[in-house]
Amino acid sequence: MGGTAQRDLPAGWDALLRLLRSAGFRFALLFTGVFIGASALFAAVLWYATAGSLDRQTAVALRADTLGLMERWREGGPGAVAEAIAERLAADVENTAIYLLLGPDRRRLAGNLDRWPAGATDDGVWVYGIVEREGTRVEARILARELGEDYWLAVGRDVEEKQRLRELLAEGIGWSALGALVFALGGAVVLRRALESRLHPAVQTARAIAAGDLSHRVPLSRREDEFDRLGEGMNDMLDRIDRLMVAVRGVSDAIAHDLRTPIARARAKLEEALAGSDDPEALRAAMEQGIADLDHISRVFSALLRIAEAEAGARRAAFAPIDVVPLLAEIAEFYGAVAESRGQVLETALPPWLELVGDRDLLAQAAGNLVDNALKFTPDGGRVRLSARMLGRERIEIAVEDSGPGLAPADRARAGERFFRADASRGTPGSGLGLSLVQAVARLHGGELVLQDADPPPGLRAAMLLGAG
Amino acid sequence: MRILLVEDDAEVARFVRKGLQEAGHVVEHAPNGRDGLFLAASEQFDILVLDRMLPGGVDGVRLVETLRGQGNRTPVLFLSALSAVDERVKGLQAGGDDYLVKPFAFAELLARVEALGRRPTMEAPATRLKIADLEMDLLSRTVTRGGKRLEIQPREFRLLEHLLRHAGQVVTRTMLLEKVWDYHFDPQTNVIDVHVSRLRQKIDKGFDKPLIHTVRNAGYMIRAEA
Repeated sequence: MGGTAQRDLPAGWDALLRLLRSAGFRFALLFTGVFIGASALFAAVLWYATAGSLDRQTAVALRADTLGLMERWREGGPGAVAEAIAERLAADVENTAIYLLLGPDRRRLAGNLDRWPAGATDDGVWVYGIVEREGTRVEARILARELGEDYWLAVGRDVEEKQRLRELLAEGIGWSALGALVFALGGAVVLRRALESRLHPAVQTARAIAAGDLSHRVPLSRREDEFDRLGEGMNDMLDRIDRLMVAVRGVSDAIAHDLRTPIARARAKLEEALAGSDDPEALRAAMEQGIADLDHISRVFSALLRIAEAEAGARRAAFAPIDVVPLLAEIAEFYGAVAESRGQVLETALPPWLELVGDRDLLAQAAGNLVDNALKFTPDGGRVRLSARMLGRERIEIAVEDSGPGLAPADRARAGERFFRADASRGTPGSGLGLSLVQAVARLHGGELVLQDADPPPGLRAAMLLGAG
Repeated sequence: MRILLVEDDAEVARFVRKGLQEAGHVVEHAPNGRDGLFLAASEQFDILVLDRMLPGGVDGVRLVETLRGQGNRTPVLFLSALSAVDERVKGLQAGGDDYLVKPFAFAELLARVEALGRRPTMEAPATRLKIADLEMDLLSRTVTRGGKRLEIQPREFRLLEHLLRHAGQVVTRTMLLEKVWDYHFDPQTNVIDVHVSRLRQKIDKGFDKPLIHTVRNAGYMIRAEA
């Protein structure tokens, strides 16, 4: 969508835009930002705790000094203050103290400052700058106070030493900030590379799949991190796609075989009728048979589509909570008429209620297929039993047991396959799709189809195990 | 009945049209959804037979939705090659009244068209259904024939009720399966035949004139004279 707009831009812009859109770059940028932010915070704290602390110490000392001198003023007037200043200057070994007492008319009464500091025009004003102390220029911090009666007092400290310390500190912080920036940028580049190199196998695999090579899988690093989880997710998805492809191939093979055969039969019959006798009655019979054959093919086709529908899982959207007991009772009543007409007994063993979340229509059809199968393979006068029960807390079993000949273990394994018909069943009508549908429906409901010997034998017990959720 | 057929496949359309005309109906045909919608909206029909997938930007579902939106309540029968349950539900939700999957037997289509075209009106629900000497009371849920009370199971009652509501019309096995049992799948066996023959045992056995008749290659019909 943005491609057309960018085509007009110079190549450099294009590359920049691409860089800005890259997730790796954005992560790296975030990383740099966080890193620089953390460094700045660290430097600020350091500054506050060192240089700031020195400043605050000076201010506290000056305030205390001034208060002391003002006390003297109240006690003894200008003389006492001048005396105190002289005492303090004498005691100042480090030679950092600065004092100046001015009398009315700006007369200098005491102190070592040559001139009243510029800017100290009001009571309580702080001055920061270069002053002249006994002929030498020094950097100082000064607090000015008016003592009263036009007497003014300035108390200060030479802060040159501390200023040098500040400069050193600032220089140090500057260098480390530069170092941090280099680290941050370096880290960002490494981060981006790492991200790209971890994503690369997945991208590579996706490209190969898109190009048609379905055997590709995302190589895993065994670190079991987020990227491995992404890779595992992709691999699971690809395995599922693979299985579906195999299933589709299986169905097309089955269709090719099991639909072509009846089509060929119908075609042969129609052709034979056309070429054969001119008897209109025979021709009519052949056409009726042809239509019946086509109907049979169409039914097989519908059954295949129904199975595919269940297998694709698309019907899960239509799942709703249902009580399977009335559903099974209706099925039993529906097929019960058939059983009765053959002298068979269709019994039911159903609990008062049994609820699950599922597809009513598919479950009814699957249960119907099981009952229908059982009735077909049970001799006249035999018994078929439809039962349902809870198995543990999570599973529901819907079982149909017959008193027919049963199914050989080798055939049981293949009974769910499409179009599979055990040799013994060749004589009965059916398409070989009934149990395939039951299996697909059971799987759709998070379960499976289990075939066992009936108890007591002979006979087959076919059970759908369904998830109750 | 005056029937509008909207079907894009010329061969299917010709076959359906000819069949319906032979059965005594007047058929208008539109080959695409746009023309179909125009005809359906501008003229009076007793029933619409619509293909689900149509060329011309207006498919069957859209057509019905538009008509229903305009307050047109003409019964609609969908013809469709889409057999998935979801597709059927979609068609019925859009306002369709019945759904028939292709390929179909013409007898099945005709039976459904006639059932839809002569649906009982909702305004006056009948409490008694009657044919010849057979009487069904929907309130007390009893059935008598020639004054003699018949023992009938609830499901047989519904089966008989459906046949009686469509007396004189063919009712196919699939229609019974869908309308009486609400099953939309192939039961594999001739279960419906077994149920009808059971009902027949109770209704017709011992009476000289049978009421339930088998219509060859189509289904069943309940009617008074043989």
